[in-house]
Amino acid sequence: MGRSWWKPTAPLAVFGLILCLAALPFSALIWISLSATADVWTHLISNVLPRSLGDTTLLLVYVAFGTVLLGAGTAWLTTICSFPGRKFFSWALVLPLAVPSYIAAYTQVEFFDFSGPVQSSVRSIGGFSSARDYWFPDIRSMWGAGLIFSLVLYPYVFMATRLVFSMQGASILDASRSLGARSGEVFWRIALPMARPALAAGVALALMETLNDIGAVEILGVKTLTFAVFETWLNRGSLAGAVQLALLTLFLVAGLIFLEKRVRRDRNYASSSRDRPPALIIPSGPKQVLCCAACVFPLLFGLGIPVWVLSEFALRRVEQLSDPAMLNALLNSLTVSIITATLATAIAYCLLQYARMANANRIGALGKLVSLGYAVPGTVLAIGLLVPLAGFDNWVDGMMRNNFDISTGLILSGSIFIIIYACTIRFLAIAYGMIESGFSKMSTNIDMAARALGRTPLQMAWQVHRPILSRAMVIAFLLVFVDTMKELSATLLLRPFDFETLATFVYDRASQAALEDAASASLIIVLVGLIPVAALTHLTRKV
Amino acid sequence: MSNLPKRTLLALMCGVSIASTAVAPAFSADTVNIYSYRQPGLLKPLLDGFTAKTGIQTKVLFASKGLDQRILSEGANSPADVLMTVDIGRLDAAAKLGITQSLTNETVDNNIPTQFRDPDGHWFGLTTRARIIYASKDRVEQDSISYEELADPKWKGRICTRSGQHVYSIGLFASMISHLGAEKAEKWLAGLKNNLARKPTGNDRAQVKAIYAGECDIALGNTYYMGKMLTNDKEPEQKEWANSVRLLFPNADGRGTHVNLSGVVMAKHAPNRDAAVKLMEYLSSADAQQIYGKSNFEYPLMPGVDADPLVTSWGVLNPDNLPLSNIAKLRKAASEMVDRIGFNDGPDA
Repeated sequence: MGRSWWKPTAPLAVFGLILCLAALPFSALIWISLSATADVWTHLISNVLPRSLGDTTLLLVYVAFGTVLLGAGTAWLTTICSFPGRKFFSWALVLPLAVPSYIAAYTQVEFFDFSGPVQSSVRSIGGFSSARDYWFPDIRSMWGAGLIFSLVLYPYVFMATRLVFSMQGASILDASRSLGARSGEVFWRIALPMARPALAAGVALALMETLNDIGAVEILGVKTLTFAVFETWLNRGSLAGAVQLALLTLFLVAGLIFLEKRVRRDRNYASSSRDRPPALIIPSGPKQVLCCAACVFPLLFGLGIPVWVLSEFALRRVEQLSDPAMLNALLNSLTVSIITATLATAIAYCLLQYARMANANRIGALGKLVSLGYAVPGTVLAIGLLVPLAGFDNWVDGMMRNNFDISTGLILSGSIFIIIYACTIRFLAIAYGMIESGFSKMSTNIDMAARALGRTPLQMAWQVHRPILSRAMVIAFLLVFVDTMKELSATLLLRPFDFETLATFVYDRASQAALEDAASASLIIVLVGLIPVAALTHLTRKV
Repeated sequence: MSNLPKRTLLALMCGVSIASTAVAPAFSADTVNIYSYRQPGLLKPLLDGFTAKTGIQTKVLFASKGLDQRILSEGANSPADVLMTVDIGRLDAAAKLGITQSLTNETVDNNIPTQFRDPDGHWFGLTTRARIIYASKDRVEQDSISYEELADPKWKGRICTRSGQHVYSIGLFASMISHLGAEKAEKWLAGLKNNLARKPTGNDRAQVKAIYAGECDIALGNTYYMGKMLTNDKEPEQKEWANSVRLLFPNADGRGTHVNLSGVVMAKHAPNRDAAVKLMEYLSSADAQQIYGKSNFEYPLMPGVDADPLVTSWGVLNPDNLPLSNIAKLRKAASEMVDRIGFNDGPDA
């Protein structure tokens, strides 16, 4: 990239303000963490961390491997190969994302457990009666967790890489083919390495969501760092120690991402022009069946099993579907999700657009750092937000009382403002990652050409960048929407009285840790996830 | 880019307008605001009874973690009047965090025995639940098993339990430290770990299911799950699981069975204090104790109020009289002990 040729000051102020707002909860967390006593760490270092660091790393490796295999694999197949159902799979493969990971874990355990349909069949075929009579793999294990997380998180990789595969254009792929590369080689040696920024973005999202999860790992019995965060806080009474551990996790993630970026620092992943889409390969009949099977697998296991198990529970409680409280929760969920998705997409776009125009990579990196909050467990993030906002509210209230004898109460922390704030920060990483990989595909030659043709920087952003980025932005919006629909832990702690989203509704009804009563609402979360996916399909057809 | 700020502005305006409608008027005189770690469905029959009797409305905000931190942050403007929770550790932690106020109330003091009330009046219990042993009807012949016995190698590969870091487990382990001393308790827990049939996973129901499946023969669990499973008409298979086990009260002939509390505290800045006092008086009353006991199969604390007939059919509870403050104090030690011996890793291969 060339030298900086655009140095505005007004956007810098806006940019700074956004960064400060995004950094607010983390500053509060750092402040909370400073009040800790060291005795938490002697215990953590000698008894907890060696094991949980190892387990966390292993789980992340599984999830990285699983999401790349499922996500990039199916993205490639649906972009490049012609087989029955290709069009259907190219949008349907996003759907498992709508299943919250703790619901996925619960339903998969139900399905593969002793009383589930699989083991029941095994028993009736083998004539067994007790679990001690036969061996069956236990899904409540490390590999089970890796598989379950991969099955609901691969869509991040799928969306990111599919976008890039279709932007990669035909010429480079056709050239490699005409030079004798087989289609497998084109994938492993050309397409995948060229999609690396997108791949990194998608995998990073999947890993951060794995890291911040507490529901699924509790069900599956995998002791990740997040598990240690909660036991430090709730059982050993040290919030500060817990926050220190959460921040440590955050720095590990930041380090990993920084390392990955550093390794590919000098490489250029942009396509030179808007190429025609790559030509479809028409595989032989049996191979077409294999393609089909490869796309059916993640759908069947990632979406099919949870929906089946939930439907079974829901059918026993049909009366719940007419509950007006559920409709209310649905409306709240939609409101919060639409606002959050709009805000997160707009903020991520503004930050990245500014970083690009000002050629300010450091600022881009700073934005990236702030978006890493995704790796922090939602409840911890919520406390990081609650402390400064409620503090602000009380300060304003005190001032108003003293001067005007009016009580303003908790204007920010007692309203849904705080929920939208929390969700926007939480999911900024998603929008940031998706739009960033869109930018990385766009050569800076375009900028120079636009400037040479007399466009002002703003005209360039609007007339040149925006149309090319529109798909990445739609995808960012969609992903944040779906994730906000599912968001539970931060919303649960921050919501005002009488304010339910579908996710909190699910949790309220899931009495005594039995999710059966929440099945109908869970199903609706999954179904509402279909709406933006359908919108996306419609939009991408036009592009 | 020119219309992007507009879009952002629009969204912000949208957000603020919704926000302003959602700022609930939490200060009306005849409402009590309840922050609760217990599910609203569980509280509903109780709160309906309260409203019917007093005309005071209730609002419940439910969350699984962090409500005490929320009350702390909200400070003087917190809408919370009372916090309802389970586990002595949480009651004690709330008092230590400074978010509670002391309540001296004659009705409450008369209804709830002293050992289930904070000496300084910052919390009091509503019901107890016992941590008992579920034993397979087919594969376990003993009619009584003590907690200590769970470390006996004769149970090798036969015991199931939920995570050692769950509040229910921590409570029991803390009581063991109090009774046996730290060193013996740790040896005991290591023995229990070696007798496990599998890694500690799932909730208490899942342990009963595991006995039904034949994965293990005995399991630790709370009493009320038995009632919940036996009366589950939506999932009749749970009745089958429950019917495959017997309920044994450990140490019934000795020091008694480990029990824990569900309880309530008054928030320090309760905006509707008078109404909240009425709620607390009601919660300690015979009517409420009966409803609470019935809706969740727990043991009422008020002397003379009987538990649900289903609960009494399991046998007589002789509760361990260990001061609950001991358990609260030893929670941290118990949690560290669980990590130290790697309890959650399951039995050594």
